[in-house]
Amino acid sequence: MARNILSMEDITKVYPNGFVANKNVNLSVNEGEIHALIGENGAGKSTLMKILFGVEKADEGKILLNGEEIQIDNPNVAIGHGIGMVHQHFMLVPSLTVAENVVVGMEPKTNGFFSMEKTIKITKEASELYNFKVDPRSKIKDLTVGMKQKVEILKALVRGAKILILDEPTAVLTPQETTELFKELKGLKEKGYTIIFISHKLNEIIELCDRITIMRDGKIVGVEKVGKITEQDISRMMVGRDIILEVIKEKAKPKQPVLNIQNIIKYSTPEKKILNDVSFIVRSGEILGIAGVEGNGQKELSEIITGMDESYDGEISINDTNIKKLSIRDIRELGVSHISEDRMTYGIVGDGTIAENMISDRYYKKKYQKGFLLNFEKIKKESKELIEMFNVKCDGHKQPINMLSGGNMQKVVAAREFTSGSTLVIANQPTRGIDVGASSFIRNKLIELRDQGDAILLISADLNEVLEVSDSLIVMNNGEIAAYFEDAKLVNEDELGEYMLGLKRMTDEEIRRVADVK
Amino acid sequence: MLSRMTNKNNVEKQFEILRTLVAIAIALSIAFIIILLISDNPINALASFVIGPLTTTRRLGNIVEALIPLLFTGTAVSLIFSANQTNLAVEGAFFIGGVGASFMATQLNLPPGIHLVVALIVAGIIGALACGIPAILYIKFDARPVVSSLMVNYVCLYLGLAVINHVIRDPAAGFLASFKFNKTAVLPKIIKGTNVHFGIFLGIIIVILGYLYLYKYKKGYEIRMVGKNVDFAKYSGINVNSVLMSAQLLGGFIAGMGGAVEVLGMYNRFQYQKLTGHGFDGILVGIIAKNNPKLVPLTALFLAYIRVGADVMSRVSDIPIELVSIIQAIIIMFVVAERFLYKLKHKKIVSLSRNEINEKEEIVNG
Repeated sequence: MARNILSMEDITKVYPNGFVANKNVNLSVNEGEIHALIGENGAGKSTLMKILFGVEKADEGKILLNGEEIQIDNPNVAIGHGIGMVHQHFMLVPSLTVAENVVVGMEPKTNGFFSMEKTIKITKEASELYNFKVDPRSKIKDLTVGMKQKVEILKALVRGAKILILDEPTAVLTPQETTELFKELKGLKEKGYTIIFISHKLNEIIELCDRITIMRDGKIVGVEKVGKITEQDISRMMVGRDIILEVIKEKAKPKQPVLNIQNIIKYSTPEKKILNDVSFIVRSGEILGIAGVEGNGQKELSEIITGMDESYDGEISINDTNIKKLSIRDIRELGVSHISEDRMTYGIVGDGTIAENMISDRYYKKKYQKGFLLNFEKIKKESKELIEMFNVKCDGHKQPINMLSGGNMQKVVAAREFTSGSTLVIANQPTRGIDVGASSFIRNKLIELRDQGDAILLISADLNEVLEVSDSLIVMNNGEIAAYFEDAKLVNEDELGEYMLGLKRMTDEEIRRVADVK
Repeated sequence: MLSRMTNKNNVEKQFEILRTLVAIAIALSIAFIIILLISDNPINALASFVIGPLTTTRRLGNIVEALIPLLFTGTAVSLIFSANQTNLAVEGAFFIGGVGASFMATQLNLPPGIHLVVALIVAGIIGALACGIPAILYIKFDARPVVSSLMVNYVCLYLGLAVINHVIRDPAAGFLASFKFNKTAVLPKIIKGTNVHFGIFLGIIIVILGYLYLYKYKKGYEIRMVGKNVDFAKYSGINVNSVLMSAQLLGGFIAGMGGAVEVLGMYNRFQYQKLTGHGFDGILVGIIAKNNPKLVPLTALFLAYIRVGADVMSRVSDIPIELVSIIQAIIIMFVVAERFLYKLKHKKIVSLSRNEINEKEEIVNG
């Protein structure tokens, strides 16, 4: 009954930095199934799919479609064979309409000129056929993330894709949007489409998929039917041990306020407020989490607090010092550490060595000088200590950081930010895109810092993380605080989703509690 | 496993060196082919090009003379380009620095030594101004330094010539040149039978100081971090604008001083009529040296050598001196071509990684 439609045989891929992403990988996908590809970050899922879609070239191995070997040199060839991919980061033109984005590269013409009418028609028909509710005429930049994703899927379908690759599609979605996406994907399956679904969320896979291929360390470690295998089994195969989702920590004992934010307003355009009257307090010894769909003001907030953005109204004080006129270094000197959400841009200097990355916030201090010059012995000693302490897998402090995996890069960032003698830590997506081991390491370090009396602001799109690590929690929606939960343990995920999506909002009095000195 | 990783690091480094050497080899081979094709007596031409510079003291001296200004401009460019600023005003700074030094050397009467030091410092300050203008324009108005610095070069040229023409021109010289320099301001010659002058020591000191500044001093760390990732530098608390400014002022200072050293060491009056090209040669040196002053002497020496070789060849054979420009261009093109020899490097890394995996598996499987 199940007919094999696609198989990848003995795929091996080595990246230019020597990282072996795939090693003799065999993947087999049946027609009309939703096939999950699951594994830790860095297990090789994305690489395998990039090879299938023609973005990367395998060093060894072959790809068979309907039993025939095919060469996929670039995405156009892949699309020609009916393979479509929806990337984690959308490839859409924000200033154009939905319809224009859908037909990009295959624009319909009348008398040799681009035809908007036909464009709209194609998009409309497709969205009706597949039951995707999108307005062909709205501009991409006005859409929610969930809508953008639908446009991406439509784009692939309109190009004749029979096999759809979805790379962590739910990572950016709210629970409600995820439910909707699953309904649509099941609809596609009924119509005979084949879907490869990359994820590392076990519950989603159990809910949606038929079969599951588990990868670890660039190799396939198991292919199973969903239902014949438990979540615990899958997680064991993925990481080689049981994941402890529960974060172990004692109850917070908050003391004096460290970060006090009152009535912050920030405009992203002259009309639109990206932050609208945000107030809250983070106290010494507590972790305040910020949940929310990305783009609701979290990034702006962390940039304002750390001094990277100076154009805002309102008052911010850190340890009773108003930071309005302070430079980034002044603010860091007040005891602020900052893990940026954008590791590759702000967190590290890719061309630098590990040591150079570790000292960027402290190199100028007296203890790193020897006479007129930098004290390289001290820098070497400290870098080595940090590498050891933060368990960075590398070949010494002089190794270029861009030869490390994402998780190890983030450990270098954490090693710097968590050892600066901080009193306030702004951790914006501290574990994004890194493996489970590094993630739990960083989470535990945050809790350790809290227990030492740091105030911690944890911004995270990972619900599991923000719920487990935080002591109390605020939810941001549309630049405002939509909810405040004094005890993050008591929050119900579905309810949280409704606050995140703006379906519900607490009263001003309830929200105001987070900004009052207790 | 650790040793394997080291190997991979080494592969990166080895290929950097290999790429530069292969680039030089290809450029030289092409030069040889051209010589073979157009010369009536190619053996003679080739010999004069390759061995010519070594044959007499005078020619050996010529190499050192050509080397000295490149030590200054190469170091200046290393500083500026390390901050990832394409500021080409090094050329103008070198020229106007020479003018400034000439003014000091002709107009002042100071004791020996002090006179020289004053002239060098004034030239440095003027050079710093020249390179500082594009820096300020970029910081304040977001004007691309590539464009503004090229304009600054013209300003330096004509402003400098105006000073020579209207202020310190010697009517008795018979051509556009300044008065003769006071003996108290000139750099002494150090080797008989050549024009090799005291500037070689100053050049070496500048290279050493430049290296220490850029790689061993906290300000140099700032420059390199800003150059590699400006967002990261900002995020870390580095004052980016002040770093950009100081890198370019310092580079300009060194270039201006280089101009002073060149005119006060080589000539007895200022007699340039146009830009000298030393600044652009410095860019060449900087690029091949990967903006590391440590490598500046070697690359500057190489450039000086092929210059003198081409000069000798043009005098004893029928090959014009312009050949050397072709060689330079080819080297630069291959050195900046990041993916040149990339496939070879990738294969090497793949095989290293493969061994690594196999070893690991052997350990696992016992």
